[in-house]
Amino acid sequence: MTPVGLVHFIVLGSLLFVLGMLCVLTRRNAVSILIGVELILNAAALNFVAFAHFNGRSLDGTMMALFIIVLAAAEAAVALALILSLQRRTRLVDVSKTGSLKG
Amino acid sequence: MSTETTIVENFHYLWLIPLFPLLGALLNGLAGRPLHRRFGEKIISAIGVSLPWASFVVAAISFFKLQSLPAGAQLSDHLWTWLSIGQMEVPFALSMDALSAMMALIVTFVGSLIHVYSIGYMHQDAGYSRFFAYLNLFLFAMLVLVLGNNLLLMFVGWEGVGLCSYLLIGFWYEDLNNARAGMKAFVVNRIGDFGFLVGLFVLFWGVGGAWSDAGYSLGASYTLDFEKLRQVVAGTVEKTIWGFPVPAVAAICFFIGATGKSAQIPLYVWLPDAMAGPTPVSALIHAATMVTAGVYMVARLNFLYLLSPTAMTVVALVGAATALFAATIGCFQYDIKKVLAYSTVSQLGYMFIGVGVGAFWAGAYHVLTHAFFKACLFLAAGSVILAMHHQQDMRKMGGLGRVMPITRWTYWISCVAIAGFPIASGFFSKDEILWRAFDADGLLVPGWLIWLLGFTAAGLTAFYMFRSYFLVFTGPTAKLEHGHGDDGHEEHAQHEPEEQRPVITGVLVLLAAGAVILAFVGLPQLWMGVPPALEHFLEPVFSGAENLPRAGHGHGAEWGLMLSSLAIASLGLGMAWWLYRERKNSLPEKLKERFPNIHRVVYNKYYVDEFYQATAVRGFMFLSRACRWLDEHVVDGLVNGAGAITRALAYLDGLIDQYVVDGLVNLIADATRRAGDKLRRIQTGQLPAYLSGLALGGLVLVVLVRIFLNWNE
Repeated sequence: MTPVGLVHFIVLGSLLFVLGMLCVLTRRNAVSILIGVELILNAAALNFVAFAHFNGRSLDGTMMALFIIVLAAAEAAVALALILSLQRRTRLVDVSKTGSLKG
Repeated sequence: MSTETTIVENFHYLWLIPLFPLLGALLNGLAGRPLHRRFGEKIISAIGVSLPWASFVVAAISFFKLQSLPAGAQLSDHLWTWLSIGQMEVPFALSMDALSAMMALIVTFVGSLIHVYSIGYMHQDAGYSRFFAYLNLFLFAMLVLVLGNNLLLMFVGWEGVGLCSYLLIGFWYEDLNNARAGMKAFVVNRIGDFGFLVGLFVLFWGVGGAWSDAGYSLGASYTLDFEKLRQVVAGTVEKTIWGFPVPAVAAICFFIGATGKSAQIPLYVWLPDAMAGPTPVSALIHAATMVTAGVYMVARLNFLYLLSPTAMTVVALVGAATALFAATIGCFQYDIKKVLAYSTVSQLGYMFIGVGVGAFWAGAYHVLTHAFFKACLFLAAGSVILAMHHQQDMRKMGGLGRVMPITRWTYWISCVAIAGFPIASGFFSKDEILWRAFDADGLLVPGWLIWLLGFTAAGLTAFYMFRSYFLVFTGPTAKLEHGHGDDGHEEHAQHEPEEQRPVITGVLVLLAAGAVILAFVGLPQLWMGVPPALEHFLEPVFSGAENLPRAGHGHGAEWGLMLSSLAIASLGLGMAWWLYRERKNSLPEKLKERFPNIHRVVYNKYYVDEFYQATAVRGFMFLSRACRWLDEHVVDGLVNGAGAITRALAYLDGLIDQYVVDGLVNLIADATRRAGDKLRRIQTGQLPAYLSGLALGGLVLVVLVRIFLNWNE
């Protein structure tokens, strides 16, 4: 059993990122997309923490992860507000049905 | 040439003299119509008549002021500087010396009397206020002419009276003939005015600067003032223009102007036609005042004429020829006003004889006496014409003496005056002129030739004036046919003409009295032993004329001439008496049948009008048509050609603009629009699409970074 190393974290982060990406790209439900974005953010945060840990346990990456968590919280708040407003307006949370950004 | 300085007294009331009539003209001209409608004729005539009288009063006061000064003084009133160019200044200034005082008094006094007369004559005329406005305006212009102290101001008056003459001849403009007569007068006068202007320029040039290689330089003596001209004009003698001495050219050009205004050969033709105007106009403008402007001008410029015997000869000869020529025509006219018109032309000829032979004061004296007796004749004729309901043909009159005694006797007195019988003024003025003509020396023709022409004309004058008198006032009394009145009155039956209202007859009496009384200012030296009062009065103005050469005939010759004048006047009177009194003699008719050709030629005024029509007028019409053709085909062609070329160029330019410039602009705009249209579709509005783009872009970035930046190394 090999000890858990940097590669594992990176692979896990990549998986999370790809899963989040797929979720964002494929799901039509705005909330699901939000969840996908959360996954991506967390994949990034995981990478920061992992690099920080294996780079002399510096606090830089950890700080970044903290920022990302705050950012995610703010983003969730704003995004959920947008989604609520969208839902109120169109009775839908399906992004494929909303075309008001169409050029 | 007198070089001593003249006493010039400032007198700031002179400007009132022309101002009053101008005021009247403005009042009646601008507000006449409503005033007439509101208050009737009374207010119009009150304005139109009182202001000329006021002007007369001021003129009389000025005259007495002038009398109180030493001889040779003059009054002056500088109003403002009109033109100031370089060293030349033309002031708007009035001045009054003896000559202009006399003229101003004639103009204002006779003028005012004729205004009074007009109250009666123009009664119930539709243009009542217009008439008085014009008449006042005329007085204004005439007074500016007479009182102006420089040539330019005189020219203003000169043109002003021409304008008023035109307006008043064509006063009843509904009749095309009247309008035509006005136009003729204006055009003929313009020809003369051209001469005046050329004379002005020549004199101007003569006394003023000179052309040199450096250009034109103004002389110190560059002036238009009569008083200064008098002092510097001698300097022009040596100067020549096209080989002729300047004074002669200038004087003859001025005289051409005078032939226009004063109706002398060859420009007299307008005056007989001018009788189309109302009779007071004929009396005031075409007998008493305006037509004497030419004489006044020559007398005023006496210092210029004295420098050129040639010009003097021309003036005297033209005057003498006109006097005789017009008198012959006058003998054969039937229209009473035409007779008087030719008589006026003839009498003006006498005045020019006077000023032409250097007897300036005699010419001026004849202006004065003529103003009275000719105005009286015209106004008496007007009275007759009114009584005859605008019938002017003497053959249809007759016997009016019985029903119109005042008119008759005033007409008679004036006839006596004009014919030259020594109980009235005309004798003295005319005889002085003839005597001085006879006695003249230094002209290019002998004095007796001019005298002979004038002498013959004097006999004819007596003849035609008394012919008209006998035709109109003696014989069986004419009856008025019903319907003769062209003023809309319907007459019931035949009745006799009646004497006119006192406003008319009173004026006649005053003028006739003047025609007699004025004899006293010109009683000859031969009778009284002292020079005539008027000669003495005018002497300073004509101071240069004393040095003129005289033939020096003695008293015997003068007595002889006087008696011969009397004899030929009596002969004329006798002939008229014999042929026309009471219309008993049938000889005139027989003579007419015996010599129809002579009668026809003279009756038709020697066909001069027809001759002018055929030559000058037709020639001018041809010229103007040629000019018009040239204008239409050549000038217009050029202009239109230029226009067409410009249009073609503009069309080409338009094409370029439309297809090239606009094309480019539209192309860019179109391309942008289309590109935008295409690119718009990228914006699908589908969130996943954007996100795919984002992911793809990120991927591409990573790949690019991997390939180009090689971070690992």
